[in-house]
Parts: sequence; C-alpha cells; structure tokens
Amino acid sequence: MELSDRDLALVSAIGDGLPLVERPYLAIGEAVGMSEVEVIARIQAMKEAGIIRRFGIIVRHHELGFRANAMSVWDIPDDKVSEIGRRLGDSPEVTLCYRRPRRLPDWPYNLFCMVHGRDRPGVEQAITDLIQRHGLDGHGHAVLFSTRRFKQTGARYGRRKAAE
Amino acid sequence: MDKLDRHLLNDFQRDFPLVPHPYAALGEQLGMSEAEVIGRLAHLSDQGSVSRVGAVFRPHTVGGSTLAAMAVPPADLERVAALVSSYAEVNHNYQREHRLNLWFVVTAPSPEAVGAVLADISARAGLEVLDLPLLEHFHIDLGFDLKWS
Repeated sequence: MELSDRDLALVSAIGDGLPLVERPYLAIGEAVGMSEVEVIARIQAMKEAGIIRRFGIIVRHHELGFRANAMSVWDIPDDKVSEIGRRLGDSPEVTLCYRRPRRLPDWPYNLFCMVHGRDRPGVEQAITDLIQRHGLDGHGHAVLFSTRRFKQTGARYGRRKAAE
Repeated sequence: MDKLDRHLLNDFQRDFPLVPHPYAALGEQLGMSEAEVIGRLAHLSDQGSVSRVGAVFRPHTVGGSTLAAMAVPPADLERVAALVSSYAEVNHNYQREHRLNLWFVVTAPSPEAVGAVLADISARAGLEVLDLPLLEHFHIDLGFDLKWS
C-alpha cells in the first residue's frame, strides 16, 4: 500500500491521539480536510495493510505500576539471530524484540528485547528465565535497566516542528 | 482507579472501534455512557496512565526512525538529555545503566530527516551518537497485558 499525501496528513494528525470528543474521527477529518467516513476508511485500510500494527488505547507502563524496564541485548551470530529473535519475540515477557546493527567496538550486540515488570527483581527473573528457556547462556549479553525517563510520547511522523 | 477504569485500560488496546461514536461503543460494552467514557479517559490521561488513543505504526513504513545512544559524561547528562528531549522528533528518551547511558528514539518523515536530527544533536552536544536502526522486528504488538491481580 502506497501512502498518499492525504494519508500522511492523516498519520500526522492522529500522531498525538484521537481527541476525547463524541465524534473524534469527524474532528480529525476537519483538521485534514477529510470526511468522517474517509478518516475511518483510511485508518481501516492502514490497519489491514499492516501499516498500523495496533490501534487503541496506549497506556504508560510506568504510571500503571510497571516501574522497571530493561533493554536486554545479546550478541548472536548472524545466521542464528532471526530464529532466536522470533522465539524471543513470541515470549510473553518480551514487549519488543528487534535486530539492530552492531557498532564495533562500542556496541557488540545485535538482538534487542524490552522486558517490563513491576520491579527490578521481577525483570531480572524474567530475563534469567528467557536465557534458560532459549539456551542463550553462551552468547555475549548485557542488561540495561532504565534509571530515568526523560521523555515518552507518541511518534511524530508529520512535518518537522522546529526544535526549541 | 476502579474496576471500570481497569477494563478501559486493558480491554481496548487494539481494535478500537472505527465507528462515528467510538466512545459510546466502549460505553456499551462497559455499561456506561459515552460522556462517562470520555470523562474517565480524560482523567486517566491527566493522571498519565493513558498516553493516547491512537496508532502504533509498523516501523519504517511511515517515514523513518532509529534508536540512538550516546555516552554522556555524568555531569553533563541533565543538560544533554534536555537538549535531546527538546526535539519534536524524539519520542522516547531514557537514561540506562551502561557506559552508553542515554538512549532515545527518533522518528521523522524520511530517513534523511532522521539522519539530520542525529547529526544536529551530535554537533550541539559535542558527542558521538550511535545510530542503531531497526533491521528486523520479531514481536507482534498485541498491546500490554496489565495482568490486574
């Protein structure tokens, strides 16, 4: 599915979320020059095309008591990383799982998993379980707990706003 | 936060109704009015429990994005973190326990625009920025099970 300029305007308009009004799609449509019907149809089409992976209420883990999160990273041989990544990505403890490039010598890891939990011991236990279950013992590994959140908002794909 | 708030938070993280009155549709399932749903969501947003009602886009289909990391001297962390957060293109910015201690996500209309933001941050902070773009993703995002006990 190719995104038109109108789609991109819509993507930008919903970047901050739907307004909390009785007819939010109508309000979004007024902002981008689409009818309510068209807004709904375009969002539906982007969902079906997999461009929108999820459409719904997006919660903030931290405020809901999931105060610990760690980025757990591994150095997995390139010919095995996709298979291991798929298995880790299917694990209930894992909320995101990506392959990214190594940047030697600073950064030797190519597989990234996010693990959220109510507290640090819970997250540590979950990572220990993942390592055992998936036989990851022999691979280079690091766990980067987050100690401070400076910013968390929705992604903005719209036109660039000037940075202050 | 009561039981209805918990249902609101947990049960509508995906397949949010695409109908003219979506909040009324939620209300029907939860046994409350459209106005009450809107009022509760406004309250949960003000409290910070709800980030937004919206979309999670598949990475790299709309514009560009990357994960970036910097090794910031601890004494400068506050200042550099504020600089990074000031960009509208930065949507997550965390301190983590590592020599690379500042991690952030940049999203922009194009990969070139992402690169420009990284270069700008690097120049203004006077620090190297590691660019770690996504190569493959393995997780199907079904939302976050809040496992209310």
